[in-house]
Amino acid sequence: MRVPIRWLHDHCRPALDPAQLAERLDMTGTKVERVLRHGVTALDAFVVGKVLEAERHPNADRLSVCRVAVGEVDVAQIVCGAPNVAAGQTVAVARPGAVLPDGSRLDAAELRGVVSEGMILAEDELGVGTEHAGILILDEDGLAPGTPLLDVLPIADDVLELEVTPNRPDCLGIYGVAREAHAATGAPLGTPPWAEDPGAPGPVDGVEVIVEVPDLCPRFTARRFDDVRVGPSPAWLKARLMAAGQRPISNVVDVTNYVMLLTGQPLHAFDLDRVAGGRLVVRRAGDGEEVETLDGEVRRLDPDVVVICDDQGPTSIAGVMGGARSEVSGSTMRVLMEAATWNGPNLQRTSTRLGLRSEASARFEKQLQPEQALEAQAVAAALLERVCGARLVPGTVDVGGPGPPPRTVRLRTARMAALLGEQIPIQRAAEILKSLGFSVANAEDGLDVTVPHHRRDDVAREADVIEEVARIDGMERLPATIPSRPDGGGGLTPAQRARRRVEDLLADHGLLEIVGWSFQAPSVADRLRLPADDRRRRAVRLQNPLSSEQSAMRTLLLGSLLDAAAHNAAHHASDLRLFETGAVYVDDTGGPLPDERRHVGVLLTGAARPRSWRTPEPPPSDFFAAKAVLAALLDALRIPWSLAPATEPFLHPGRAAAVNAGEETLGWLGEVHPLVCRGWELDAAAGFELDLDRVAQLAAAGVPVYRELSPFPAVRQDLAVVVGDAVPAAAVVDVVRRAGGGELARVDVFDVYRGPQVGEGRVSLALALEFRAADRTLTDEEVAAHRRRIAAALADELEGTLRV
Amino acid sequence: MMDRIAQLRREAEAAVEAAGSTGELEELRVRFLGRRAELPQLLRRVRELAASDRGPVGQAANQARQALEEMIGRRGAQLDAAELDARLAQDRVDVTLPGDPVEPVGRRHLITQTRLEIEDVFIGLGFDVAEGPEVESVYYNFDALNHLPAHPARARTDTFYVSDDVVLRTHTSPVQIRAMEERPPPLYIVIPGRVYRPDSDATHTPQFHQVEGLAVDQDVTLADLHGTLLAFARAVFGPRREVRMRPHFFPFTEPSVEVDVSCFRCTGGVLEDGSRCPLCKGEGWIEVLGAGMVDPNVFEHVREHGYDPERIQGFAFGMGIERIAMLKHSVPDLRLFYDNDVRFLEQFG
Repeated sequence: MRVPIRWLHDHCRPALDPAQLAERLDMTGTKVERVLRHGVTALDAFVVGKVLEAERHPNADRLSVCRVAVGEVDVAQIVCGAPNVAAGQTVAVARPGAVLPDGSRLDAAELRGVVSEGMILAEDELGVGTEHAGILILDEDGLAPGTPLLDVLPIADDVLELEVTPNRPDCLGIYGVAREAHAATGAPLGTPPWAEDPGAPGPVDGVEVIVEVPDLCPRFTARRFDDVRVGPSPAWLKARLMAAGQRPISNVVDVTNYVMLLTGQPLHAFDLDRVAGGRLVVRRAGDGEEVETLDGEVRRLDPDVVVICDDQGPTSIAGVMGGARSEVSGSTMRVLMEAATWNGPNLQRTSTRLGLRSEASARFEKQLQPEQALEAQAVAAALLERVCGARLVPGTVDVGGPGPPPRTVRLRTARMAALLGEQIPIQRAAEILKSLGFSVANAEDGLDVTVPHHRRDDVAREADVIEEVARIDGMERLPATIPSRPDGGGGLTPAQRARRRVEDLLADHGLLEIVGWSFQAPSVADRLRLPADDRRRRAVRLQNPLSSEQSAMRTLLLGSLLDAAAHNAAHHASDLRLFETGAVYVDDTGGPLPDERRHVGVLLTGAARPRSWRTPEPPPSDFFAAKAVLAALLDALRIPWSLAPATEPFLHPGRAAAVNAGEETLGWLGEVHPLVCRGWELDAAAGFELDLDRVAQLAAAGVPVYRELSPFPAVRQDLAVVVGDAVPAAAVVDVVRRAGGGELARVDVFDVYRGPQVGEGRVSLALALEFRAADRTLTDEEVAAHRRRIAAALADELEGTLRV
Repeated sequence: MMDRIAQLRREAEAAVEAAGSTGELEELRVRFLGRRAELPQLLRRVRELAASDRGPVGQAANQARQALEEMIGRRGAQLDAAELDARLAQDRVDVTLPGDPVEPVGRRHLITQTRLEIEDVFIGLGFDVAEGPEVESVYYNFDALNHLPAHPARARTDTFYVSDDVVLRTHTSPVQIRAMEERPPPLYIVIPGRVYRPDSDATHTPQFHQVEGLAVDQDVTLADLHGTLLAFARAVFGPRREVRMRPHFFPFTEPSVEVDVSCFRCTGGVLEDGSRCPLCKGEGWIEVLGAGMVDPNVFEHVREHGYDPERIQGFAFGMGIERIAMLKHSVPDLRLFYDNDVRFLEQFG
């Protein structure tokens, strides 16, 4: 909404400069996006001139050399290209130094060998109209040459550009903004421009209106004007529209736009002689019904669109755009002026569906009030008489009438203080409310506040009234206090703390956190080689994605991690340690909402450590590099865990494992399948992904209980056992642990050997054993006995033989 | 006999003095003090001597042996030290070679870092952290938050739909309702999380992150909101910040405000060199969040859970995490957050 300050001053003139006014409006709830400068600058250079002589340029047929009086005695020689320039005209002149609305600066120049000391201006060059074919001829009599042009034409103005919130359609008109300025600054507010209506109720000869859909058209008013002379608007009207951002078209159309900008209520002018049968019917469109709109387009409609029809069918799309058939033209003699109230949401749907948004539809969408229709008719009638010489035919068609009676809301003084945390005197509240157009009456515990129609939809409850008082009184003045919490409180749950710990641990182990997209292409499931029956194919699909590339919600974090790795690999960063925590979503609950849970994912690519002169070829980020990170994480969280060989479609079949905690599987660990890597143009990658919610629960569960520290020394021994190649190390450790009993404190695999010394199909594992008793120093004999038991169990259960 | 002892002692002392290495010294020790050396042999044969000789000879031999042992020990220590010096001098490295690489430094993402920073401010003010689903029902996302059926935010141009009744949440506010359903007042929570809207350009990404706050109690006021946000602004943007509340409109709060923080790059919109501050565009204030007193209609949806709008009241606020991070760290483009370029990731956290 553009508000030219000069126009605003017609109704309210605060003693503030535009920046101060903008600040005050901002702080009282009318957001000013910016203050624009409309028109020209360097105002001293713009003056009224009188053409004394105009002769053909010696070197150019289309140019004239003029001598123009630009002051009491000053005469300037100006070269002019306009065909209509002639001696005797009073014109608008820009002297050297002038700055035109487009920002260009005018200097004295030589045109085809003749010096020109300025420019005789056309309307568009001043930003007061669109006419460019000829110069602007000022018709006011007795203007002395040299008179500042600003005294004659609104060639410069400051314009407030407002962001009007959807609850305030009353501020979509200049007068509504003036009312806010009045309340915000205390400057007096002029009487409403519709205070005097030249028209009156009653039937209108030759006009009939039938509204078939009163729910979609709460009010329809129309007035008839005869003897209309269509032509260009006067300069002041054009200049106002230009400053407000509207192009002048013709006086009748300009009046409708002017009234809309002033009152907020759009109007539509029909050429009454082109309204077939003189009768308008407001109804829903038929399915597929067509209408040709003002812009020459043929629009196909549906039954949710409201049309205004005459005897030949649709002649206008209600509230959105007029029809070509009944458009006002140069030959129009009789005008039917419509001002109606439409259902806002329905209108919004129509304008969105047809892709037609206009100043009018933008206002109707916000839901205007029925009373506004007659306000606009009153202003329009006076203007049409003045500007177009029109004669108002008595009567007003009025279908629907005004809106419901005003509501009265009780404002309790105590409640206001309790909500705001500050006492505003009730007399101050009453003043503020009156300045905004509310009426107030004293009540036992506060005020009875009656809501004016222009705030009918926005102010319905006590809280709404309190907001009105608070915003004008000035929220910036409220004290800054902190809630006093009787119960103390505040903090993270154990699971939330555990999740933070997970992220800390991964960052501490050198991993960079990424934040991936929750959306992905459905084809990611194929790229991850997920089989048809994999539950992770059951992605949540969006009905209205921005693109098919973002149409499915992720079911794994791996895709995002691979995306990030690929992005960085393309920028020559291939040694990566990445992690992400985030939600994944699987649509298999049978209920309305999917199974949504947090995961943590890790992906490593390239070298596991930076190259250095001591390790010029560091090991790659393989299965065991990923396992080390997993162990660092789960061990730190004290979650007992184990790995079991497993298959995942996106992992290397020989290097994949399930991560288990007890009977429960927390996720997967492994090297990414080479074909999957190839799909992301990566050489190799390894990683893991866990159910973070479960990890956090497990980490948060249980309180560690103290275990006695043994004062007796441990006995350490190594043991090498040869078993079949297929026997997992974990099985060996498991057997050793069981056979070793309670005095075996630790078992670690520290070497693995395959080769001729152990034979084909066999593997030797070297284990470090640590024995310790809580109550004594173990003797060599006791340890030897444990060792024999272990050897026997290995032989028994795994066909293992000890190596010596 | 006594002469022989004295001679041996002189001989040995001269040899030890002249020894040039610990090896040589060890040879001397064997030669003079070893089992078959003359002096120990002599000592062993003392008892074969005449009784009158036994005393003086034994004493002299013993003294000679002790003196020799002591001297060998002393000389040995000297030689050890010299040899260690020589060995260490040999054992030299090129100190200019690079050290071993330590484990690389990991970082949290700037969005996470900023979220934690905000969470921690409010935890310190007595708030809990509440969370909820991102795929959300229309009821929680709109209906229960006072969005009328025709509210434009519900349009398919403004909201991702999964079905007619399920959306990707467009704000973290549904968690307000879920939390109030679960817990009676007093309720003090912040709600961080990922939200979604179908916009994609230089200033919008279809997913982004918010932190929302809700305080409901018998006497929580708009002035309390002011003070709470002032504490937040000072914790995040610096101790000298001020905040101002400008009236605005949101469907779920009444009164509603937009909240500005005084610019932390300039004074009143002007930089030290007198030029216009590019961060606040000369305003002196930066808009950081929206807030207000919870609309009574929102409480109507949870009235039976202890939220009678005549008995309790509260404030709510919401802010964009990316926006706070961009302001604080001068990040120029929202899309950088989601490119996950390691050169970006390494700069924060």
